[in-house]
Amino acid sequence: MVNLEINGKPAKVEEGGLLIDAIREAGYDVPTLCHMKDKTPTGACRMCVVEVEGARGLIPSCSYPVNEGMKVQTHTPKAEQARKTIVELLLSRHPNDCLYCVRSGNCDLQSLAVEYGVREKSFAGKPMGNHIDQSSASITREPDKCVLCGKCVRVCEEDQAVSALDFINRGSETIVGCAFGENLNTSSCINCGQCILVCPTGALSEKSHTKRVMEALYDPDKYVVIQHAPAISVTIAEAFNAKAGTDVTGQLVATLRQMGFDQVFDTSFSADLTIMEEGSELVHRIKNGGKLPMMTSCSPGWIKFVEQFYPDMIDNLSTCKSPQEMMGAIIKSYFAEKNNIPPEKIFSVSVMPCTAKKFESERPELMDAKHNPDLDAVLTTRELADLIKMKGINFEDMPSSEPDLPFGERSSAGKLFGATGGVMEAAIRSAHFLITGEEMVEPEVEAVRGFDGIKRATVKIGDLSLNVAVVSGTNNARDLLDKIRKGEEEIHFMEVMTCHGGCINGGGQIFDLDKDKVVERMGALYKIDKESKVRCSHNNESIQKLYEDYLEKPLSHKSHELLHTSYNKREVLK
Amino acid sequence: MAVVTYDIHKNLDLIPVDTKEQFIGTVFSPKEAKLSKDELDQKFSELRGEKNVKPIIYIGAGTCGMAAGAGKALEKITAYLADKNLDADVVRVGCIGLCTSEPMVDVKLPGKSRLSFQQITEDKVDDLMGDIFSSQVSVNKLLGQFQSANEEENWDNLPYMHEHPFFKIQERVVLKNCGISDPVNVDEYIARGGYSGLLKVINNMTREELCNEVEKSGLRGRGGGGFPTGRKWKFALGEESEQKYFICNADEGDPGAFMDRAVIEGDPHKLVEGLAIAAYAIGANKAYVYIRAEYPLAIANLKDAIAQAKEYKLIGNNIYNSGFDLDVIIKVGAGAFVCGEETALIHSIEGKRGMPRPRPPFPAKSGLFQNPTIINNVETLANIPSIVTNGAEWYASMGSETSKGTKVFAVSGKVKRAGLVEIPMGTSLRTVIFDVAGGIEHDKAFKAVQFGGPSGGCIPTQHLDINIDYESLIEVGAMIGSGGMVVMDEDTCMVDVAKFFMGFIQRESCGKCIPCREGTRVMLEILEGMTKGRGADAENQSLERFKGVMNLERLTEVISASSLCGLGQTAPNPIKSAMKYFRDEFEAHIYERRCPAGACTELLTFEIIDDACTGCTICAKKCPTQCIDGEKKGIHIINQEDCISCGACMDVCAFDAIKAY
Repeated sequence: MVNLEINGKPAKVEEGGLLIDAIREAGYDVPTLCHMKDKTPTGACRMCVVEVEGARGLIPSCSYPVNEGMKVQTHTPKAEQARKTIVELLLSRHPNDCLYCVRSGNCDLQSLAVEYGVREKSFAGKPMGNHIDQSSASITREPDKCVLCGKCVRVCEEDQAVSALDFINRGSETIVGCAFGENLNTSSCINCGQCILVCPTGALSEKSHTKRVMEALYDPDKYVVIQHAPAISVTIAEAFNAKAGTDVTGQLVATLRQMGFDQVFDTSFSADLTIMEEGSELVHRIKNGGKLPMMTSCSPGWIKFVEQFYPDMIDNLSTCKSPQEMMGAIIKSYFAEKNNIPPEKIFSVSVMPCTAKKFESERPELMDAKHNPDLDAVLTTRELADLIKMKGINFEDMPSSEPDLPFGERSSAGKLFGATGGVMEAAIRSAHFLITGEEMVEPEVEAVRGFDGIKRATVKIGDLSLNVAVVSGTNNARDLLDKIRKGEEEIHFMEVMTCHGGCINGGGQIFDLDKDKVVERMGALYKIDKESKVRCSHNNESIQKLYEDYLEKPLSHKSHELLHTSYNKREVLK
Repeated sequence: MAVVTYDIHKNLDLIPVDTKEQFIGTVFSPKEAKLSKDELDQKFSELRGEKNVKPIIYIGAGTCGMAAGAGKALEKITAYLADKNLDADVVRVGCIGLCTSEPMVDVKLPGKSRLSFQQITEDKVDDLMGDIFSSQVSVNKLLGQFQSANEEENWDNLPYMHEHPFFKIQERVVLKNCGISDPVNVDEYIARGGYSGLLKVINNMTREELCNEVEKSGLRGRGGGGFPTGRKWKFALGEESEQKYFICNADEGDPGAFMDRAVIEGDPHKLVEGLAIAAYAIGANKAYVYIRAEYPLAIANLKDAIAQAKEYKLIGNNIYNSGFDLDVIIKVGAGAFVCGEETALIHSIEGKRGMPRPRPPFPAKSGLFQNPTIINNVETLANIPSIVTNGAEWYASMGSETSKGTKVFAVSGKVKRAGLVEIPMGTSLRTVIFDVAGGIEHDKAFKAVQFGGPSGGCIPTQHLDINIDYESLIEVGAMIGSGGMVVMDEDTCMVDVAKFFMGFIQRESCGKCIPCREGTRVMLEILEGMTKGRGADAENQSLERFKGVMNLERLTEVISASSLCGLGQTAPNPIKSAMKYFRDEFEAHIYERRCPAGACTELLTFEIIDDACTGCTICAKKCPTQCIDGEKKGIHIINQEDCISCGACMDVCAFDAIKAY
């Protein structure tokens, strides 16, 4: 332990820690724009500067290690003047269009300007006039609003191993951008949106589909259908001040219905469908000497990652569409036929914790012969929360409601898709049944649960010994793929989620960098599973009926037509 | 310039017997290893160009010489020799330091001392050659003669180089061989005592002893920081690690500093030797030279030197049975000023964008590829071989109380003799500017000297008598930096100078931390506002200018106190020191909207001198704002309200009838 003095009071903290943590532990706070917990400090924004006795100049607390006997003053005139000046310097070239900004009311720079009483423009300067990059299907970049904290650069490099963003130019011309100053759409960006989650300002935001959805809802000729991803119901309540990990499936269904959606479906249903198809595909590959390891294909960021960085491993990807796309496909086919609605009248919306799903919905491979997409709009959790507020719905007080059938029925295995390991766990449960004809006695597969970036297990199913790996975060995927390429791994089945922790931590989720909240969301999913009656995808009666009525059996001709897809090598700037 | 004497045997005696035999054997083939002392002397003497049997012509072909036309002069010399069927050796040497005298050509005739001629452009070659080959000396081009180090005859009645005012007070340690010897001839370097320091160290001294010796010499980092070199080495020596690195920082980027370039171009082996000794001191077996791509000749010479050292087994595996391995790698940087900052430089070598990171951890603990790393600049390392061979006491006997040894300064700007000067620390500023550099060009008045590049500050007349060392420069608001001295005369506007350096800093900021990135931009804009003319005073510009000035002090304080690296922390220095000493000049710009030095043209007031005006009307026709009134053959008047101070009228007036103030 190290003894130090913070604002005149003695404090005792762990050796090797950073000063900022000691300050916060002692009950004080210093602002920061660039600090990221658990990441190497960069000391870029200088907002967290404090005075340390005997030190020359101000000390950045985010990157300075605690020392025995250190005497720290956090709010001296010198430190406060520096912080205010830094905010003023940032504002001197900021577009200052807060009222029109996507992050208005939820912007770190705006909050700091308020906290430090910045009431006038002290320094001359004009916005740089960089063009707004709208090229990506998922992410909008507005470099003029960037404060160059570098958080996006770090998550893109360290968490996702993609490095689509980096610093360009020097001096006051410096911006964060893509290789050769090109747009995001030609970059190696996998659309995961983790950069948006960490962005302190409106420099990075999702490509909004709100307007499309509103227009469809206003249009009396449109039959508007919505599906919500497994992670949504355990997250969205946080936007309405509920504590993290509160499951609000019933309220969410009621809310969506009140907003005017004609049908409210649950993507967990098509997650069950995915398991039927993917589980069968796995068994087929193993029996017929197909390409192994088979890798899951639910996470669109991961798909693009493979297409551009590991094109030689495209054949390892399962050909199954993602649950979102499977749902989209059966809504515009089976559902339309059954209810006698012309598919072109259907406007199909999804709510996803993900920005890459927007990109996915626009993939040419996922359009029908007439180039109609399976999905018409993809909302993030954040966009939906804003829409709910606009519609004047008192979300907290909404009564619970049941989803529409048949695609509202789900097993809890499908719900588990929202967390890393969920697809694997669901697949193991159903594969066990498909192979042995018997249900697992204990359906919970602990080995694939939890937050670890790479989890491995060997699962015994009858005579079969299945080596599985569960990966979250494309940085971890990169490590594993490199080993697989070298032949150092013997894995049969591998689940990969683009974001760390899976969809509960997706780039479209509520702005909150508190990892504990993500853990709570994960816990909520496990709780739902524990309390569920139907815990295996193959036991979902609506799934069984769908096969009886329409698809015949997994991997049937019809299934292939509707539920499977293909991937292509991508040339990107990297 | 101290007379260069060679005592190769003294140096060779430092080397243990086994290694000495082996060394001489490797260098001069095993057969000759048994050379007698006299034979060896003869050999070394020949290599140094003494007792030559045919004429030797040396040409200063460093970057400065080439820029002055040495390339063409060299071609002309070769052609002359061929044409006249004359047999002479032509040797390309580096820069001796007197840039204003380039291209320089030295001639050493057999049995005579070496003569040095200045400003020998191609058109002067024929005359010079014609004279010298008829044993005449073109006195008007003569700089001086090098005093003979042996029995060879000095020229009668010709001045000696070491008495020339530029060289007289110089003590050349780092620059000893520059401009004298062939930079890419390892044999000659050895003949001048080279590599004996390295061999002495690796066989005779422990790492601790070596670090102590360097610490005792009082050598401090010549890159600007001034941290005691020996003590810095000890930090890394004390670290336990399988891999350590030594980096030579050759990313010389200060405007007006070129001593590192001159050393690498003119004596690259000295750097290789110094680097090898330093790497040994901390136990690093891999050394990098991080050098900017803008120095192609330096890179080429260094490459040759490294290859030669490798061939002579002076670097590589198990150097002369010492068990010490060293690999030297050249890393070419893209010329970012900020890469002179240690952590940014490390990032650059690692293949990342050159941006500094917070310290601690310091590179000595966790540097290149997270291993203990020491970084020294070129000049620091070039001092090492001499310290090792001559001893710490010798080095410490030069210089001032706190700043030992010599320092190379790059004197440029409005002086009569610009160039590189190596003087003992503690020499007075006045001596350097007025004696060595010959005073101000055109005998104008001295105004200030910008000392230490953009991170330094300006020093005005009242401080001309300070003694140059680390501490006294800081006391007057400047810093030694890498040793750039830009001398300014009465025609220089200090606001303009501050603006120039701020523009440089602003462009070279890495863009990482906000105070530096945004703050330097705002400071630059404030300075630009001061020097902008009335024409630009549209909208709120006057108000903005005033607001900027009001905020300037706060800005400089915040930027110095809160920036991440040295670049930002020192960024306000040029403004601070200029405002400290030339406040009246700033006030004239701000309040009176005029530039006392007349350098900021936008602020000038143009007026027609009635007596001189002939009424030719040309000025009125050329005026872009049509603000000049007057009848043909009548006196013209400039309407000051509409004048934008462009100076077009002054340019076209054939009668000098327009004055500006």
